[in-house]
Amino acid sequence: MERIPILRMGDLLLVTIQVDMHDRLAMQLQDDLTERIVKDSAKGVLIDISALDLVDSFIGRMISNTAAMARVLDARTVVVGMQPAVAITLVELGLTLHGVKTALNVEKGMTLLGKSYK
Amino acid sequence: MTGAQTEAVLFDTPLLDYRAQQRTGRVTLPLRSDDDVVGLRKQVRERAVAIALSLVDQTKLVTAASELGRNTIKYGGGGEVYLDALDDGMRRGIGLLFVDAGQGIPDIDNALRDGFTTGGGLGLGLGGSKRLVDEFDIDSRPKEGTAVLIVKWKR
Repeated sequence: MERIPILRMGDLLLVTIQVDMHDRLAMQLQDDLTERIVKDSAKGVLIDISALDLVDSFIGRMISNTAAMARVLDARTVVVGMQPAVAITLVELGLTLHGVKTALNVEKGMTLLGKSYK
Repeated sequence: MTGAQTEAVLFDTPLLDYRAQQRTGRVTLPLRSDDDVVGLRKQVRERAVAIALSLVDQTKLVTAASELGRNTIKYGGGGEVYLDALDDGMRRGIGLLFVDAGQGIPDIDNALRDGFTTGGGLGLGLGGSKRLVDEFDIDSRPKEGTAVLIVKWKR
């Protein structure tokens, strides 16, 4: 089955979404990430969505849920690289990604998670 | 023709005749699975690029299409979407008409309100989509089906 790869860097997990996800794939990623947080004792999750030209309410909900599950498992989530057009559309759609930390790029996201990026 | 049909008849809505003189190149796509929603997003994006919609308007239209396509599958039990190229003499646009033969929406005003959902979602699909486009129309009858029309014009 098709899957989005999750990379481990120290105690961080990094996901770069580069395909237009159908709903099942988005749910799979949510499950995989939650599992990996526990398995790898991760303290932070970086989700890079800079390649996504669309975030609809389903993908938005997946991101919010993942962040909430990570929080319960003692890990913090930062969503990085959202395209401006996507941000405008999300807000007008009514989705505010409540409780999700965001950063402009991976480097700033790492800083937010308390890591130096060299 | 009753009795001769093997497939469910799609909802016969007046919306099917919208802007009959102004549209060309109608393409019909099935909406049965979430892969179909991905295919729809791709087609809508291509058409939006073809008439040179701004990036923000492209994104809004594709996002609205994604929400409504998912609704057709999830709440309407599947259906079809019609993609139309529009030209009203002054400007070009894209029209999308989603049609299903599902149970219909009992209370449209409620369904358009943010946060209202019967399917465990966020309840942003209908009302949110309406905000993302220039024109929005809906026709729904109990046990016959639902049709939702959205139009985005090039500015």
